[in-house]
Amino acid sequence: MSGPDPARGTVLDPTSAGTELLRLAAVGAVDDGKSTLIGRLLHDSRQLLDDQLSALAEASQRRGLAEVDLAFVTDGLRAEREQGITIDVAYRYAATPRRKLIIADCPGHVQYTRNMATGSSTAELVVLVVDARHGLREQTRRHLCIAALLGVRRVVVAANKMDLAGWSEEAFSSVMAEVTSLARRLGMEEVVGVPVSALHGDWVVEPSGAASWYSGPTLVEALEQAPVDEAAGGPARLPVQWVVRLPGGGRSYAGLLSGSGLRPGDAVVALPGGLTTTISSIRTFDGPLEEASGPLSVTVHLADDLDVGRGDLLAPVAEPPTVTSEVEATVCWFGTKELAPGQRYRLKHTTRTTRAVVRAVSGRLDVNRLASEPAGSLAPNDIGLATLAVATPLAVDPYRVSRATGSFILIEEGTNATVGAGMVGPPPIGA
Amino acid sequence: MTTLEHDASRGRVRRSRPGSHLDALESHSIFVLREVAAECERPALLFSGGKDSAVLLRLAEKAFRPARFPFPILHVDTGHNFPEALEFRDRRVAELGERLIVASVQDSIDAGRVADVPPGSSRNRLQSVTLLDAVAEHGFDALIGGARRDEDKARAKERVLSFRDALGGWDPRNQRPELWHLYQGEVGPGEHLRAFPLSDWTELDVWQYVAREGLELPSIYFAHRRLVVQRDGMLLAVGPWVQPRPGEQVEEATVRFRTVGDATCTGAVRSDAASVEAVIAEVATSRVTERGATRADDRFSESAMEDRKREGYF
Ligand SMILES: Nc1nc2c(ncn2[C@@H]2O[C@H](COP(=O)(O)OP(=O)(O)OP(=O)(O)O)[C@@H](O)[C@H]2O)c(=O)[nH]1
Ligand SMILES: [Mg+2]
Repeated sequence: MSGPDPARGTVLDPTSAGTELLRLAAVGAVDDGKSTLIGRLLHDSRQLLDDQLSALAEASQRRGLAEVDLAFVTDGLRAEREQGITIDVAYRYAATPRRKLIIADCPGHVQYTRNMATGSSTAELVVLVVDARHGLREQTRRHLCIAALLGVRRVVVAANKMDLAGWSEEAFSSVMAEVTSLARRLGMEEVVGVPVSALHGDWVVEPSGAASWYSGPTLVEALEQAPVDEAAGGPARLPVQWVVRLPGGGRSYAGLLSGSGLRPGDAVVALPGGLTTTISSIRTFDGPLEEASGPLSVTVHLADDLDVGRGDLLAPVAEPPTVTSEVEATVCWFGTKELAPGQRYRLKHTTRTTRAVVRAVSGRLDVNRLASEPAGSLAPNDIGLATLAVATPLAVDPYRVSRATGSFILIEEGTNATVGAGMVGPPPIGA
Repeated sequence: MTTLEHDASRGRVRRSRPGSHLDALESHSIFVLREVAAECERPALLFSGGKDSAVLLRLAEKAFRPARFPFPILHVDTGHNFPEALEFRDRRVAELGERLIVASVQDSIDAGRVADVPPGSSRNRLQSVTLLDAVAEHGFDALIGGARRDEDKARAKERVLSFRDALGGWDPRNQRPELWHLYQGEVGPGEHLRAFPLSDWTELDVWQYVAREGLELPSIYFAHRRLVVQRDGMLLAVGPWVQPRPGEQVEEATVRFRTVGDATCTGAVRSDAASVEAVIAEVATSRVTERGATRADDRFSESAMEDRKREGYF
């Protein structure tokens, strides 16, 4: 394989064989510059190819713009370009020498909060874009809350539009102070801040003379340096996804393993039934494994012939999840109607879909004060705490222990719309 | 580069080695395939004879072997095929011992379902009608395809499990939220899903995987000599459906294909890359995207792909 072109950006390098995967999402309030920033990042690191560049130039010209609108790199739908707003997440791919980046450019508009949650639910890091002139808006706070609830631990703050903020150090510091205190209360681990102009490119890929007071990393360097989550953690969980009938008789159970360290010989319990057995082998198509850690798609054989099927969960006898018919969870609500006691939904948890009824709503999160306030129901785009009763018992963990067994979605009967995202346990918000 | 290492220990007991991005992509894609098979009643796997569908077939083997695939393989045949792609299709299907359904655009034309295009033009867009007819005829509720988000700006917006209304249409303004890996496969009568297990793969990932898995591909993916004609800024292979028009020069060139689709609108690129390793090096340093280099159907307008997808195109 030939070496990288020396004319290319030094940090992002599409020819690199980086093997770590970092999934990140750009979040923040509408119009604060997320799409422009992601476009700038890809443009200045030469990850946009010639035909993409000429298509961008053409699309910008057609709309009478004097310069190329870099937001069009991700705002690819006709309606988005007409309205100058992001409607749904766009995914873009880039590489650094060490890393493959999967970038989700999320919409900021409150109406599309569901799409922001979609883009952030698989992210390990968020780039929180803030217009440095205005500081944090309610929607900026909502996005940071949702990211934190979803388990994102790392934040890179892009204090944007610094050109319009006169490259004021005070403006940058005040954005950083606000985000840092919020992030601390939300239990997030790391906050790095970079003052940028997405429009002009300062400090995105290249350092600039603007902001003589700043000596930290460029945005790209911050993304390259951010620690990546250790591959696996938490107890091993294997939701049975598919039963493979073996040609010579017998069965094996296929699914996506999460958590660490499952081995042949381990005693496991099949939940919610509660029967115990031993793992006799763990395989992939490429052969047997002496130990497996998630996320990994595997098939397992069990020592005993149990009645186990899709929707059941295999877990170590030593560290089982909780089996329950009543789930208390933090819910991000996307429905057009209110979430209120008595309402019925279908609930998908791991590989099981069951019926659920709302027993109670015990509060909603005021994202400005970051405090719970009393509420009997949740309005669209609210975050709150709800208790649901389910028709079939579920084997759950608190979300912070296991994303795989701590998460669920709510599906509206009739329309089949996905209307809610649930995380088992109360929101992890400190004082 | 570590991702190219062939696994010499295949078949022997080993530890899983998480960390390689190809392993992560592979595990996720297998998960999606199994999820669609479990959630949907009548899925089908679309196979075009291209590299993405070759990868999909390998992933399906990894997801379901030693059992048979829980779905048939569906080819939407425009009638304008590269013979190498058809030959590859039939050989792979036979090797796998799986069931192939061919839905033919010619049949749709003969049945008066759709008007043919003028000779020499692309039937690519007509595929949507044939595809939706096949969905109706066989009662498919999910079509699994090899499309990737890095191919196009409209695809970049699409969910892994993407909902289609009763007319086969995609509504990009109103997609279902898709959280974590909780893929939601519920559809009403006449509606269906498109499932994209390769959503997060790039062209380079696909080639690195082809190398790692030692996958066979149609020979036209590698450099060969061929008669071509320059048209609309592309090199089209001269053949039964592409004949030189007045003023066009036929030339013999060393080329390869980056995608394999309808022969009338899939361009070749000049290339000496004759091996998988050479192709990887070429793809990694190319200054043109896969579709930009090769697909005339995307050049008509700014939102060509979005418009076709709204109509039911893959
Ligand atoms: N002067 C200046 N303008 C900027 C900068 N970054 C973005 N803008 C402008 O701000 C407007 C909004 O930018 P977008 O990138 O579309 O904002 P967004 O955050 O993606 O918006 P949504 O996705 O709709 O939430 C556009 O007119 C941009 O040109 C900047 O650094 N400086
Ligand atoms: Mg945007």
